Amino acid sequence: MMLELVDISVARGGVPVLEGVTLTLGAGRALIIRGPNGAGKTTMLRTIAGLQPPVSGRIVLPPEGAAYAAHADGLKATLTVAENLRFWADIFGAGDIGPALAAMALAPLRDRMAQNLSAGQKRRLGLARLLVAQRRLWLLDEPTVSLDAASVALFLQVLSGHLQQGGAALIATHISLGLREAEEIDLGAFRATAPRAGAFDGAFA
Amino acid sequence: MIALLLRDLRLATRAGGGFGLGLAFFLIVTVLVPFGVGPEGGTLARIAPGILWVGALLASLLSLDRIFALDHEDGSLDLLATAPIPLESVVAVKALAHWLTTGLPLTLAAPMLAVLLNLPGPGFFWLTVSLALGTPALSYIGAFGAALTVGLKRGGLLMSLLVLPLYIPTLIYGADCARRGAAALAAGTPLLMLVAITLGAVAILPFAAAAAIRVNLR
Amino acid sequence: MSIWEYANPRKFMQTSAWALPWVAGLAVVTLLTGLVWGFFFTVDDYRQGATVKILFVHVPAALMAVNSWLMMLVCSLIWLIRRHHVSALAAKAAAPVGVTMTLIALFTGAIWGQPMWGTWWAWDPRLTSFLILFLFYLGYIALWEAIEDPDTAADLTSVLCLVGSIFALLSRYAVNFWNQGLHQGASLSLAPGERMAMAFKLPLYVAMAGFVLLFVTLVLIRTRTEIRARRLRALEARGRMA
Repeated sequence: MMLELVDISVARGGVPVLEGVTLTLGAGRALIIRGPNGAGKTTMLRTIAGLQPPVSGRIVLPPEGAAYAAHADGLKATLTVAENLRFWADIFGAGDIGPALAAMALAPLRDRMAQNLSAGQKRRLGLARLLVAQRRLWLLDEPTVSLDAASVALFLQVLSGHLQQGGAALIATHISLGLREAEEIDLGAFRATAPRAGAFDGAFA
Repeated sequence: MIALLLRDLRLATRAGGGFGLGLAFFLIVTVLVPFGVGPEGGTLARIAPGILWVGALLASLLSLDRIFALDHEDGSLDLLATAPIPLESVVAVKALAHWLTTGLPLTLAAPMLAVLLNLPGPGFFWLTVSLALGTPALSYIGAFGAALTVGLKRGGLLMSLLVLPLYIPTLIYGADCARRGAAALAAGTPLLMLVAITLGAVAILPFAAAAAIRVNLR
Repeated sequence: MSIWEYANPRKFMQTSAWALPWVAGLAVVTLLTGLVWGFFFTVDDYRQGATVKILFVHVPAALMAVNSWLMMLVCSLIWLIRRHHVSALAAKAAAPVGVTMTLIALFTGAIWGQPMWGTWWAWDPRLTSFLILFLFYLGYIALWEAIEDPDTAADLTSVLCLVGSIFALLSRYAVNFWNQGLHQGASLSLAPGERMAMAFKLPLYVAMAGFVLLFVTLVLIRTRTEIRARRLRALEARGRMA
């Protein structure tokens, strides 16, 4: 078991957005999170990543936890591609960054400053960070934004490899990835309803 | 953690990193003071330790918002918060990097600027020592202030308002040490107090700052 | 029956609604008694004349300026440890009252100091400490104002209050050290305690009690306002979702 959510409720800015989310994710599986803008996809991923506590419910993760890839790639404009990736590899205790660069077709760009990368190339570098993070559960927020068709294919190849090695992924996306291992979940079903009096914001309402 | 230190140092020294800006500010402030108070050597000599300490403090304050704000903007702070190293260490290392890129150069530049202000001979040693031992406290206190305001869009001014009162004890002991040194009085007591504040700030404030960052990332 | 029951906003509103008129009435009576007694029914000091009577405002205000910060510290700790919303809001409510008391203490001190020492302001350790306290209040209030989410604001201001308390205390000692370091032996002391006659002490105690009650009244009113504002916020959020 890679991830288990038990009756999770999450809030954004003090306002509940999702409630009663229960799901499990096994090794080798991917789960696509669907839902319109504002449905709470990002909030849910941030909650699972441990950046914010759930309002209620239980999250079970393996001890080594998850690697989170947000909208922002966490790149430094004045560092080169290799320096950016090397930094995260050191933080996560990974060794060689060569395979990660190669997997995302970044090897030819390794000495280029991140500020001179196109949006898609930056995204690829952000995704390459997942490979050096060595976490079995990936939490991906719109991973394919600004990627061209070839890059999406590259990403799917990397993702499949990750799943085949016993990893798992939770992916918020709007496009169809066409993954065999993937199931889908629509957050619309868990939209938080207007709470009963006294149900949130302390005992104020 | 070494990687984080090296990255922050590298970022500070690359183009747009702001390294040198603090030094230039320190220089300009010091040059402006004689224009304000007049060129009379005795007056300048008397106020030199205080001016240099206040100048170093303001120069250090200028670059504080870079400690966390840039990492917050580009998403690195989220990733660091989910990384295997504790957030307290991240804060401590980033504050150390801030000191190495601002406090240390300021300390080294201060004796040269002290010449401009006619600082008496014995003051040079105590000025340098007090800055060397006191500026780390400025970086660590500043990191705490930066952590409090990291989630705010334009937090710079607010951060100054929060950080400057916290700087008061450091400034008092630091400048007093330099002033007593310049007057050839015993400067050991304020120096010890200064070291105590620095050690306390380094030991305690990373925890408070990390707590503030966690709240701000929520 | 535990004291924490009052941490429930509803219970707090009920209890404070009942208590407020009594506390407020008592505050007015005590304050008037203390001040009228102090101003009109004490003899003039043989050296300071009638000027000395400003101490009936000055000393209680200074007392509350410090105690208000202490109350905020305790409330911040309660919020951080037990997450009681009323506690955080009470700390928020006390800050403007505390800063006003600090200003009153500073201004009455200046008015008192002018005829006594011939100067409105001296960098006396005690005066300087209150000026620094004023700066700490400003920062604390500004941080509350700057952050939109109430729980985030409560968390961050609480952390600031804790760290600020340590540094305020450090400043207090640093300032003592600093002023001695500047002028050897200079001692401009506001301390009225040493040689004060009972005729001054009694009305001063009454005035102090009056200021404490005034403080409690103001903080109760402001906490009730903050709770109502939070309730409004919650209702609006609920309305948007429905």
